[in-house]
Amino acid sequence: MFASLAEKLQNTLRRLRGKGKLSEKDVDLALREIRLALLEADVNFKVVKDFVVGIRERAVGEEVRRSLTPGQQVVKIVHEELTALMGREQSKIILSGSPAVVMLAGLQGSGKTTTAVKLAVNLSRSGRKPLLVAADTYRPGAAEQLQVLADTAELPCYRNDGAAPLQICREAVRLAEREGYEPVILDTAGRLHLDDAMMDELKTIKAQLKPAELLLVVDAMTGQDAVNAASAFHEALGLTGVILTKLDGDVRGGAALSVRTVTGCPIKFAGVGEKIDALEPFHPERMASRILGMGDLLTLIEKAEAGFDQEKARQLEQKLRRQEFTLDDFLEQLQQVRQMGNMEDILAMLPAAQVPKDLQRLQVDEKQFGRIEALITSMTPQERNNPAIINSSRRRRIAGGSGNTVQDLNRLLSQFSQMKKLFKQVGSMEKKGFKHIGKGKRGFPFF
Amino acid sequence: MNLSLVERFKTGLARSKEGFLRRLDHLFRGGELDDEFYDDLEETLILGDVGVEASLKLVEKLRLESKRRKVRERGQAREILVQEIAALLAGAAEPVKPAGEPLVILLVGVNGSGKTTTAAKLAHRYRQEGREVLLVAGDTFRAAAVEQLQIWAERAGAALIKQQPGSDPSAVFFDALQAARARHIDVVIGDTAGRLHTRTNLMEELKKINRVIDRVQPGAPHCVLLVIDATTGHNGIAQALHFNEAVPVTGLVLTKLDGTARGGIVVGIQDILKVPVCYVGIGEKIGDLLPFAADDFARALLA
Repeated sequence: MFASLAEKLQNTLRRLRGKGKLSEKDVDLALREIRLALLEADVNFKVVKDFVVGIRERAVGEEVRRSLTPGQQVVKIVHEELTALMGREQSKIILSGSPAVVMLAGLQGSGKTTTAVKLAVNLSRSGRKPLLVAADTYRPGAAEQLQVLADTAELPCYRNDGAAPLQICREAVRLAEREGYEPVILDTAGRLHLDDAMMDELKTIKAQLKPAELLLVVDAMTGQDAVNAASAFHEALGLTGVILTKLDGDVRGGAALSVRTVTGCPIKFAGVGEKIDALEPFHPERMASRILGMGDLLTLIEKAEAGFDQEKARQLEQKLRRQEFTLDDFLEQLQQVRQMGNMEDILAMLPAAQVPKDLQRLQVDEKQFGRIEALITSMTPQERNNPAIINSSRRRRIAGGSGNTVQDLNRLLSQFSQMKKLFKQVGSMEKKGFKHIGKGKRGFPFF
Repeated sequence: MNLSLVERFKTGLARSKEGFLRRLDHLFRGGELDDEFYDDLEETLILGDVGVEASLKLVEKLRLESKRRKVRERGQAREILVQEIAALLAGAAEPVKPAGEPLVILLVGVNGSGKTTTAAKLAHRYRQEGREVLLVAGDTFRAAAVEQLQIWAERAGAALIKQQPGSDPSAVFFDALQAARARHIDVVIGDTAGRLHTRTNLMEELKKINRVIDRVQPGAPHCVLLVIDATTGHNGIAQALHFNEAVPVTGLVLTKLDGTARGGIVVGIQDILKVPVCYVGIGEKIGDLLPFAADDFARALLA
């Protein structure tokens, strides 16, 4: 849907290739595209305005590195500035006080209840004994929802339906003191920042319980209004951080930048799926890439590193380089990729422009893995090594033998060749400096 | 808070415009139709989440139209744009109940957009008209979604069909439609689980629900309403495209319009799907759902 900013800039600045310094004209040309790209990513209009002014100041007159085109140079600057704005470093959750209290707040439907449980799961895995507190007494079924999720995660949940939120929170803290739970995570009701009475309720809870963290839960799909809600919550409550939710879709998440800019608070976590452990630390640099439409290669690489057998990965790399990738490797790879998580998530992390069109539409659900496995294992070793020999009579045999249709097989074969093409591209990206990011340098690998 | 609904809606809209009012008053009160005017207009639209592409398109169109009609005054130009946007979004007709069969409405959307609450509010509306309403707890995934709808169903005085959490939502709909016939229900309102449009398996699940409904009652669902949170940015476009691909969307419900977000993304969505906005959600109470007023909406978006 969205051509990457890098690609657009490449086109805009094509004629300027090879110049020594960025002129005012180059920069202005580039800034128009950057402005649009940021707006399309839902960064707030005013935030964009200020940001673009800053970029202009920095970029004009800057030396263009020999290895880069002017377009690349500008994107590099934008990427660096975005990362800087977003906080550069990963920001950790602070758990001080005894017991430490973590309070979640936000608009309706931003994902507080789910996030509360995910956060508790995350903290319990690092050795804490969190207590979840159902302080949303307004939405029907909210306490029940928290309870069910807590039960699933085998975590304690305090509720006292019918009591006022402040009372529930106080009781929970007393319980935590007695039983040694820590931290106490307060799931509050969703509310509008315009609703003074409801905001006062949060102020009172904050004043009484003195939470170590007061985190605003923000839907990553939020548009221009993110600044209004975030600044109102911050003004009323004094936030300590932000959790970004629903980041597992195709959203570019410009709201992250808006919220960060108007509150100055770090984004601490990102919700990335429906499972109760789908909460990740927030990486400013990766978010910068995502907002710019450059994909999230770093996360992908990290996931790959965690899930891949290093030796096998090395062998695979060799094969990829030599273009000797076979269906057997494809199968093995799919099995490994499966360990990394959902295929769509993985594809979503690739920079849009680098993924072939057909592959973007590639629909792999878990059942299909089984089908692909059956298809490939029904082939002879010869066929797996050289799919080109699979003629129509072989097709019928393979399809019949694996309990699939010839169409299924055809689809697999075309996906395989697409994938081969993609790897070829990744391979050539690597030559252009793809390796840098693996080592955590501020390389500029894309395009 | 003893305000009538319309008043509440108006105050909601009034609040939405607060931040922009002064600047825009200045903007529209007299003055030339110069680049500054059009740029400011573009900014207003983008700030209202109309979307970059749709905003540029609308402003460009206004430029041509103003020239064609020889409009010289800002207020007049603004009125043209209001009419243009209103015309785009209007056209929602009350769905007609088929004779001898229940009217079937299906609510779809991403997580947290407000489907369950909207289902309850819709049930309340039809109950007010004296209709027999059946709510379908089609969200079998989210913890306590069934309980949430059950509480709402009791408040609205609607019947509810539910199954165990985790069961196949299509089966719930199958049951519900059978029950609706047996009990001479007028309106069946189906809640579904929130799903991100990028989740292929969940979108397949939605297709299946649609197929099953059509099998039990050919021609149903009569309305598939995509529920969009007014705070949504550009992602709303992708949501609309993907949901419409899975189940043909017949209309939109714009929720949470009582905040400061102006919900302009429906303009961009309309540009693609060509479906009207049917209702707006303006609060947490069961009566806080209003038929969409295109003119008011367009005015609030620009003012």
